Amino acid sequence: MRTPLVEMRDISIAFGGIKAVDAVTVDLHAGEVVALLGHNGAGKSTLIKVLSGAYRADAGEIRVRGEAADIFTPRDAKKYGIETIYQTLALADNVDAAANIFLGRELVTRWGTLDDVAMESEARKVMGRLNPHFRRFKEPVRALSGGQRQSVAIARAIHFDAKILIMDEPTAALGPAETKQVGDLVKQLKTQGIGIFLISHDIHDVFDLADRISVMKNGRLVGSARCTDLTKDEALGMIIMGKCPPGAVPGPGANAA
Amino acid sequence: MSVATGGAPAAARPTFRALEIDPRLLGMLVALGVIWVGFDLLSGGAFLTPRNLWNLSVQTSSIAVMACGMVLVIVTRNIDLSVGAILGVTGMLIGVLQARLLPEILGLEHPATWMIAVTAAIVIGATIGLFQGALIAYLAIPSFIVTLGGLLIWRGAAWWVTQGQTVAPMDGRFRPLGGGIDGAIGATASWIIGGLACAAILTALFATRARRVRFGFHVRPAWAEAVIAVLACGAVIGAVLIANAYPLPVGIVRRLAEAQGIAWPPGGIFIAHGLAVPVLIAIGVGIAMTVLATRTRFGRYVFAIGGNPEAAELSGVNTRRTLMLVFGLMGALCGIAACISTARLNAATNAAGSLDELYVIAAAVIGGTSLAGGAGTIAGAMLGALVMQSLQSGMVLLGVDAPLQNIVVGLVLVSAVWADTVYRRGIK
Repeated sequence: MRTPLVEMRDISIAFGGIKAVDAVTVDLHAGEVVALLGHNGAGKSTLIKVLSGAYRADAGEIRVRGEAADIFTPRDAKKYGIETIYQTLALADNVDAAANIFLGRELVTRWGTLDDVAMESEARKVMGRLNPHFRRFKEPVRALSGGQRQSVAIARAIHFDAKILIMDEPTAALGPAETKQVGDLVKQLKTQGIGIFLISHDIHDVFDLADRISVMKNGRLVGSARCTDLTKDEALGMIIMGKCPPGAVPGPGANAA
Repeated sequence: MSVATGGAPAAARPTFRALEIDPRLLGMLVALGVIWVGFDLLSGGAFLTPRNLWNLSVQTSSIAVMACGMVLVIVTRNIDLSVGAILGVTGMLIGVLQARLLPEILGLEHPATWMIAVTAAIVIGATIGLFQGALIAYLAIPSFIVTLGGLLIWRGAAWWVTQGQTVAPMDGRFRPLGGGIDGAIGATASWIIGGLACAAILTALFATRARRVRFGFHVRPAWAEAVIAVLACGAVIGAVLIANAYPLPVGIVRRLAEAQGIAWPPGGIFIAHGLAVPVLIAIGVGIAMTVLATRTRFGRYVFAIGGNPEAAELSGVNTRRTLMLVFGLMGALCGIAACISTARLNAATNAAGSLDELYVIAAAVIGGTSLAGGAGTIAGAMLGALVMQSLQSGMVLLGVDAPLQNIVVGLVLVSAVWADTVYRRGIK
């Protein structure tokens, strides 16, 4: 069997005695889309923040390409090519699109000063791919629409040769046209060999895009399955009741019934 | 709200828009003009004289230097209430250093004394600032509390250095840092500096334009660039003209003439002050801090942290380290301000810098720094310092009572912030 791009093994993290994530194991291969599903508060975002370096797990292990990875800060995660599009977008509202895209990885001139013109030029290229009508490069992102802000957040994640992309509810703030655009982007990135974790509370958003699903409930893994091995209704049953259908590999959170 | 597109002409007031001048900065310049002309009329022409403007510029320097650092502190959603006390303790320490310790080691009026004193001031200030910054950034104690404690601690420490005794006089090569007759660079040097400043302005405008043209971005129309160049260079030349129109006192010129064996002509001799050293220091600090704030990674991180601390952290910015350095920088600037005010007074007193924290914060806020974080400019804060000092100096000139002066300054601070709030709501 191939070595997965990422494995998160037995990850646990607790906040003030409440186990937000309890011994969850998920993996992701290159060029694959894995959807992490579950209700609000199921622990999906928390699990993924461990991978992106925002939280530090209490227990468990992260392996990237089969080797143990030390991810303690967002900077560490980026070193492994792990990029994240957060549900909140995590944009600095008071600076422009280019400054956000390059935040933490600014281009500098040979004098060591910021090369704003070069960054704007690169930003125009990457935004041109995602949102060809985008023109407001000089304005702080606070002035942008929800869809435009989303484009900036996506541009920031894909501009730096991401190997592993985490998308936390990427279409929550978008209209139908923009949602389709994100779907097309996911397919395109997949063909480039990027592994994608797609997080959603809505099965309909992701079932057609994902190769596999992993379902969480109350911080525990209900089970994982190939999308071809189960129906949408069965997946819904996993999300709502924690019931693991025959086509899925049950996890520790699966209901016995 | 109109969407600014590549080359399309802006709809409203195209002439003014083309200049791309920050309207708030322009508003402050107008306010400053009104204050100046108003005081000049009220005082019967005593305000807009070379002598008063020269003194005004010197009096503003110390606050202006610290206001530059306060902008970055406030931009990160923090506050520093300890700047006046840091100035006080640093001033005392370098006073003792150059008036008592160094003369014993190096001898009186040693050429290196002033450099050691200035270096010590910056190092002491930066150390205090970094220490407070570390408490704020790594131990997550609110900056309000840390620096409120700092205010008490460093003010107390300033007294402790000499048990409250004033230390004087300062080293002869140190004194020019505070202005005065020794601290003015003379007419010729002022013209040279003014000329270099104009050359730098033109080069910067040209280089920026060339870069944007090379990438095919929108640029200002040529006439707008010309207007900006003329305005900027005009301001520099005007400042030099004013400084050079303020003569040295007759007695001192006569003594100089006698020393050089020159006969005293009937009309007297006109020797100009020229630009003051502390003003040049403040402008130098302002330029350096503007570059730091707008052209470096550090500055970008400071603003990103102010805009959204969580986003900055998730983007891989080391927010704690950045925060600590901001306070360290603030401390270093307090050290520089301590040199200016100690040299100007020619003495180190434990009360130096009292209430400066309030003037510095007021200067930054009047200058458009948002207490909500994420917005502010160095130039605005320096102008804010000038506005504050103009008000005070003008009221002194008019013979306004000290309590009434405070009342007016307080009212101006509150109204300025209110006006800014209204303006911000207007652009949203």
